[in-house]
Amino acid sequence: MANKHVNAVVIGAGAGGGVVAKELATAGLSVLLIERGRWHTFDEHGDDELTSQRTFPLKCGYGPDNEHNWRMASDGKGGWIKVFPNDWAYGNNAACVGSGTVSYGAMAWRFQPADFHLKTKYGAVPGSTLDDWPLTYDELEPFYEKAEYELGVSGDPTNDPFVPPRKNPYPMPAFSFNSEGIILEKAAKRLGLHPFPIPMLRNSVPYNGRPACIRMRTCVGFACPVNAKAGTQNTVIPVALKTGNCELRINCMVSEIIVDDKGKARGIKYFDADNKLQEQTSDLVVVSASASETARLLLNSKSSLFPKGAGNNNGWVGRNIQDHAYTGAYGLFADKLYDDVGPGACIAVNDFNHRMPDIIGGGVLCNEFIRMPYQFSSIRPSGSRMWGKDHKDFQKLNFKRHIAVHGPVQEMPVFDKMVEVDPVVKDFWGIPVVRISGFRHDNDIKVGRLLADKAEEWLKEAGAVQTWKSVPGKGSTPSQHQSGTCRMGNDPKTSVTNRYGQLHEIDNIFVADGSLHVNNGGYNPALTILALGYWVGGHIAEMWKGTHMK
Amino acid sequence: MLDAIVEQIIPTDDFPGGKWANVSNYIDKQLDTYYINHQVEYRDGLAAFEKTVIQLKSKKFEELPFPEQTAILEKMEGGDFPGEYWKAHSPAGFFDMIRQHSMQGFYGSPVHGGNREYISYHMLGLDYPNVIGQNRYNDLSWRKYNPNSIENGK
Repeated sequence: MANKHVNAVVIGAGAGGGVVAKELATAGLSVLLIERGRWHTFDEHGDDELTSQRTFPLKCGYGPDNEHNWRMASDGKGGWIKVFPNDWAYGNNAACVGSGTVSYGAMAWRFQPADFHLKTKYGAVPGSTLDDWPLTYDELEPFYEKAEYELGVSGDPTNDPFVPPRKNPYPMPAFSFNSEGIILEKAAKRLGLHPFPIPMLRNSVPYNGRPACIRMRTCVGFACPVNAKAGTQNTVIPVALKTGNCELRINCMVSEIIVDDKGKARGIKYFDADNKLQEQTSDLVVVSASASETARLLLNSKSSLFPKGAGNNNGWVGRNIQDHAYTGAYGLFADKLYDDVGPGACIAVNDFNHRMPDIIGGGVLCNEFIRMPYQFSSIRPSGSRMWGKDHKDFQKLNFKRHIAVHGPVQEMPVFDKMVEVDPVVKDFWGIPVVRISGFRHDNDIKVGRLLADKAEEWLKEAGAVQTWKSVPGKGSTPSQHQSGTCRMGNDPKTSVTNRYGQLHEIDNIFVADGSLHVNNGGYNPALTILALGYWVGGHIAEMWKGTHMK
Repeated sequence: MLDAIVEQIIPTDDFPGGKWANVSNYIDKQLDTYYINHQVEYRDGLAAFEKTVIQLKSKKFEELPFPEQTAILEKMEGGDFPGEYWKAHSPAGFFDMIRQHSMQGFYGSPVHGGNREYISYHMLGLDYPNVIGQNRYNDLSWRKYNPNSIENGK
């Protein structure tokens, strides 16, 4: 039996797709939200570190699985190797209802106003496709606020002089600092920095029917056992489903957007939970499958007018993939400071984001989430013994005596850092797989080193007796912060969508995820992806009125 | 023999080492499931390792004194190891694989067959089970591992 026609198919029930589905369903459109993964609960995973989304030597607990999914990655010698989701080279992002918002650390950053006009601020950067966004911070501000209020953010910007301007306070008070946060706050003030509590998509008090956070040590990389952490799976997706206008179809892998000879999308093809090929027709299609998988789907959707893939006649789909060049330092302390108050990350400084002379970009610096025992077993100064008595002694002595300060350096977009589909290799269903190649811009390395110096300085001021840095290299595999592959822009020659996430070339296909980012900010991108979901979803609902997009 | 290797990687001190913590059991279990692709590497690697040690020392690895075992693994790790019995994989690569898997087996969750009785959590002073929202108020430093206690099987 054929599937019933719907107004909108939304592909991917993550940060972007969950919000769009809710915006469209509440506006009265019939919506199919289609997701390749399934629902997950804390109980089925527990606090198993070996299958978390943070460390995943055995598997990625929140998907995708190794049995159906693989990619090709550069082997560094001009060839390609097959990699699986739990290989670092795969660049995994969770595949489940809620996607990364189930298992993330839930930092709730707004990008800086300057992040929306980097080219104007810094000028053209050789070797980079750096550009301004086609929308301003002020235009996105109400949508940031909507995300903060509908999902729930705890924060307090009082002590951050560099906070992006906001019309209203956060809906919940900030979290208190844990013991390392208290130590770091004093040290930062002595250095003349401006420490403040990290805004979190996590309830500091009961909010929207969900309880307050219980300060688990296993937060980042794990589902929340009490739903204090806000994801689309426990906020907007249930709202969408409750309208009666939205169906969520799980365990379904979309293989292609059907584009007719007139250049209009007519629906999708997908493999259902029994791996049977199905068709679903719709008036419009929204792709929110993550920067790599969204690009893959568009590239795999070939038609007579778009032989290189949907919306790709200019060859920009899949280009400019970015992540973050994580950088920072570790410090060992004489006294025990671990207090088991999760999730660990609690304090940040914005002093190094666009505020360093002669430096392009920058990033926020934060203390890190709790490193669990297995993860900590690989954290050592270079040259350390990695096994035997010395290794065990280090583990025992320093597990409760170390602090990590890290930050996401804003990467300069590079045209040849890109997602393609492999010409030969196909996944379990026979769909051509992603392959990712290219290198970071030199500026990322330069800023990374500088920020690592700042992190080390901060730790030393806090009393660290030994410190070492961890700096980014040229190679990178964009994973949980992947972005930029379907950039929005005003010029159809140098972007994939317009300012509303609508493909320049096919007016009933929209993108709503990190793919739209012209650049990825010096922050964790989740809140920006959520805000863009409201921006794009709200725009579609507005266009739909009276026209039905016909 | 695998027991002797994992005991080198995480040796016994005030707290048990890799052998007591069932790290070999962890590896065995994974070779049937998640690490099924590593089966051949383990089989060939352990056989080659055994032959090489007998050639060098005229004894099995597990019969050698602890410091001699350490010295052998250090050479293996550094790539200074006779390669004649090794086919597809290098001795150094094989050692690093066992090293990584041992860390998983000792420090990861017991649900996968290692980290017996959460011994590594006790060692690090991480309370377990984690009674959500409560444990951090308790001082658990008294709760040291006692090898003679009933809960540790003696």
